[in-house]
Amino acid sequence: MSDPRELYQQVILEHNKKPRNFGKLEACTHHAEGHNPLCGDQLDVTLVIEDGLVRDIKFQGSGCAIDVASASLMTGAVKGKSVAEAEAMAEQFRGMVRGELNPETEAPLLGKLTLFSGVKNLPSRVKCAVLPWATLHAALKGEAEASTE
Amino acid sequence: MTEGDRLLAFTRDVPPGTPRTMPGQSPVIAPVGSTTLQPLDVAAVRRDFPLLSRVFHGKPVTYLDSAVSGQMPLPVIERMAKYERDEHTNVHRGVSTLSQEATDHFEAAREKVRRYIGAGSIREIVWTRGTTEAINLVAQTYGRTHVNAGDEILLSAMEHHANIVPWQLLAEEKGATLKVIPMTDAGELILESLDTLITDRTKLVGVVHVSNVLGTVNPVKEIIARAHAKGVPVLVDGAQAVPHLAVDVQDLDADFYAFSGHKLSGPTGIGVLYGKLAHLEAMPPWHGGGNMIRSVSWEKTTYMAAPGKFEAGTPPIAAAIGLGAALDYVTALGLERIAAHEHDLLVYATERLSAIPGLRILGNAKEKASVISFVVEGIHPHDMGSLLDGEGIVVRAGHHCAQPVMTRFNVPATTRASFAYFNTREEVDLLATAVLHAIELFK
Repeated sequence: MSDPRELYQQVILEHNKKPRNFGKLEACTHHAEGHNPLCGDQLDVTLVIEDGLVRDIKFQGSGCAIDVASASLMTGAVKGKSVAEAEAMAEQFRGMVRGELNPETEAPLLGKLTLFSGVKNLPSRVKCAVLPWATLHAALKGEAEASTE
Repeated sequence: MTEGDRLLAFTRDVPPGTPRTMPGQSPVIAPVGSTTLQPLDVAAVRRDFPLLSRVFHGKPVTYLDSAVSGQMPLPVIERMAKYERDEHTNVHRGVSTLSQEATDHFEAAREKVRRYIGAGSIREIVWTRGTTEAINLVAQTYGRTHVNAGDEILLSAMEHHANIVPWQLLAEEKGATLKVIPMTDAGELILESLDTLITDRTKLVGVVHVSNVLGTVNPVKEIIARAHAKGVPVLVDGAQAVPHLAVDVQDLDADFYAFSGHKLSGPTGIGVLYGKLAHLEAMPPWHGGGNMIRSVSWEKTTYMAAPGKFEAGTPPIAAAIGLGAALDYVTALGLERIAAHEHDLLVYATERLSAIPGLRILGNAKEKASVISFVVEGIHPHDMGSLLDGEGIVVRAGHHCAQPVMTRFNVPATTRASFAYFNTREEVDLLATAVLHAIELFK
């Protein structure tokens, strides 16, 4: 297992400190709450979807740096994308942090999100990185809750 | 009686007037005073723990997680291996020399437990898988026969889930209610509340001896006396107490006292329920099967006397013998010396960690064992846990199976360092330095 400290790169620390798209969209079309029962992380994701596009997205909640930075970077990455593309990114992200696909060759949609690939070496933290994406996925499917249990 | 005298009264073999070097003697205030005890030879002790020579992420391990599970010293590991290698069979079976030998070792371990906690009879020592199973046993036998609709079970605000959920299950089944003894911001139970909380509907009080989150040593003797004054029996969760302080169940007058082997330098899979014989004799059996019966026919089964009737099936024999060896080991080191050493670490770690800006320690009870839970502003405990792991430091980060305690202090989780007799001040320094590194990184 690699050194956990390697995961705490500047981008992650910076997004944890100043998360983007933090808050709640009152006039949202889609919404879900996510929970990580093991560590108590929780966040909610609100979206405005129009014509199959993610027009706007915000998140709020409390969690560890991995969770908050993942949510912050996720909101920036999916805004303006089609729902289908957002779902595909969620799929690639999950595959990457579980070590199931190579971030360099098999995750073309993720761009700088590949900086989370090191999470795969920290099994206890995979759920932290995945929670925002699991919650996004639940919201897009019209489910009220997501859990990483 | 002063607070200190009260704690000393819990301990055996400590004459009155002994310098107060027990855990939790106002750890924040004063350094440990002079002691007549020969201090532990920690360097020698550490050689008994092979795991302490492991390396994680290029750093020698610093194991500050004994509240999760204590490490086993070589004599315990070797005793268990000897059983499995040379003595393995079943107990209470057959007439072979081998079987009798295993039974003798197994029962000798029970006697060691009896002596360690000051019980009057080995018939009061029930083997369980651990503290959790011991508490479930009481809930499902004593609880089911005594608790009815409208009755109350009184628990403290600092219980581990193991002393909450079994009672919740029972309360749901019976239509009973759980009530809670509140605690102060320092993490001390508000004993005055007992006068109103214990009512004529209260059927049992359950209280943790030492909080696994806050380190608080609860005045269980006083709580038991107050409950008994109203005719209510008390179960004590001693999982975190037995590794740190001498426990005398008769002096405490506990009705039930539960603990686990693996917090006490022993193996997992073995634990103990102490129960007053009168309770155990009156309680119905719980699990049915072999070993717990006197005779079985299709019409009727009769049961062994306590503790046999609570020990269905083949027990974890090597684990029980291992726990016996662990008690020998701890007793040889001397609980007073262990307590003095751990208290020194508690005082020193409290000083070092308190001096870190933005760090808050949860639980500042006057009586405290060597457990420190803390939170650092702006750093989630899980990030702290991972960063400390990167420095080879093993701590627990999470809710510690005590979510109501997290809620009480309005934190999602904490980082917890717990100190055992093999830890050193140098390891406390490593912890403090690593915490500072984490803060620097997150700045």
